[in-house]
Amino acid sequence: MITVTNLFKSFGETPVLRGATLTLSKGKSTVVIGKSGSGKSVLMKSILGLVQPDSGTIMQDGAPLDRTRFLDDFGMLFQGAALFDSLPVWQNVAFRLLRRMPKAKARAIALEKLGRVGLEADVADRLPAMLSGGMQKRAGLARAIATNPSVLFFDEPTTGLDPIMARAINDLIRDIVRETHATTLTITHDMTTVRTIADTVMLLEQGKVHWQGTVSDLSETRDETLRAFIA
Amino acid sequence: MNPLAAVGRTTLHAVAAVGRITLFTVSAIVHIFRAPFYPRQFAIALMQIGWLSLPVVGLTSLFTGGALVMQIYAGGARVNAEAVVPQIVAIGMVRELGPVLVGLMVAARVTAAISAEIATMKVTEQIDALITLSTDPMRYLTVPRVLAGILVVPLLVAIGDIIGIMGGYGVATGSLGFSPAAYLRNTVNFLEPLDIASSLIKGTAFGLIATTMGCYFGINAGRGARGVGRATKSAVEATAVLILAANFALTAVIFSL
Repeated sequence: MITVTNLFKSFGETPVLRGATLTLSKGKSTVVIGKSGSGKSVLMKSILGLVQPDSGTIMQDGAPLDRTRFLDDFGMLFQGAALFDSLPVWQNVAFRLLRRMPKAKARAIALEKLGRVGLEADVADRLPAMLSGGMQKRAGLARAIATNPSVLFFDEPTTGLDPIMARAINDLIRDIVRETHATTLTITHDMTTVRTIADTVMLLEQGKVHWQGTVSDLSETRDETLRAFIA
Repeated sequence: MNPLAAVGRTTLHAVAAVGRITLFTVSAIVHIFRAPFYPRQFAIALMQIGWLSLPVVGLTSLFTGGALVMQIYAGGARVNAEAVVPQIVAIGMVRELGPVLVGLMVAARVTAAISAEIATMKVTEQIDALITLSTDPMRYLTVPRVLAGILVVPLLVAIGDIIGIMGGYGVATGSLGFSPAAYLRNTVNFLEPLDIASSLIKGTAFGLIATTMGCYFGINAGRGARGVGRATKSAVEATAVLILAANFALTAVIFSL
């Protein structure tokens, strides 16, 4: 379980996070929605240590988050996939594995993970630039799950994809989360993603959690801010 | 607006930038001696900085050596000192023009490429991805490039020196009537070990500057295509100025020996 308490972060004079508090329950899928500039990305980057918060605490299983240990058991799908341009697809997927095992074994696992996300073995030796946006997202997803991590983050997983590909990625994420029982955090604008993969939904508004509930609570909410967002 | 405040603000920004660049450079050098090391990245950097720079370094040195001979010959003729052309070309190429030209060519070619590549990685979140894959960008991106620069730029300088001297040799013997054997003998006999050492020391310093600046500005790039463009421009400008400043400082130190 990951607990974020009273996280504050400003960039210059502009406050972005203003006391964000949330809990990512073990084995559950938490989806954070919110307008652009509401602090979703900064929240995710603060948990990862990519942004240093001004104040607040981040705990894992009751102890302060040890980032080295946390990242060793972690996978992430970035908004633009963030595949390394200079490496073939299989080496992107096996990036972490190549430090832990022989090349042949790492490649075999990479091919298996590529198959899991619906990519044929023939893409393995291509460079990322030779793949479509949807294929890059799939490869990024394969990289995220390559080591079967217990924590997975998804940053705008369907942004820039056509509706059919977006549905395919949402279904893949849902199935993978179910299979791996990973603790997941997703940030998105896409309500289809929310309805497909969320156990818990949170609305971030002006740097803090404004609303929290389940997918079924969404349709019944009377919260004006949330209704405006999901309309 | 208070003009004094503007001067103060600019000075503080400049001092802070120098401090950040110094800390980055020290960190890069310290990390060379710390595991893990990425041999594949190092091999790629060696190839890109060294092997692929050879054509531009060779052509620049060749033409400069040839032009230098003509200038020194014309100047020497005014005081009946045409005979010292081989010696002056040798010392000019080895102690000054060779290292500076190679340094500036590396700045144009390598620093620009490094900063643009790393800046693109920054704006496409590839550096964030590295961190989430438990990989330190300093070790994975910076150390292989800086180490390759330190090792390979002195070699480029040595090659540039030789090609520059041979360019001068070609012009001197081909069109100015110098004896080939005498030209080479005068060149070799005139150069001292300190001349060659100063050339290689400058090459090492320029290799460090060119690669460190490329990495620093790349990693600290702003957002989008504009951020990449600014990072590349700043990296090349800073490298060129620092190479010329370092050349002056090193020349002053070596001159005093």
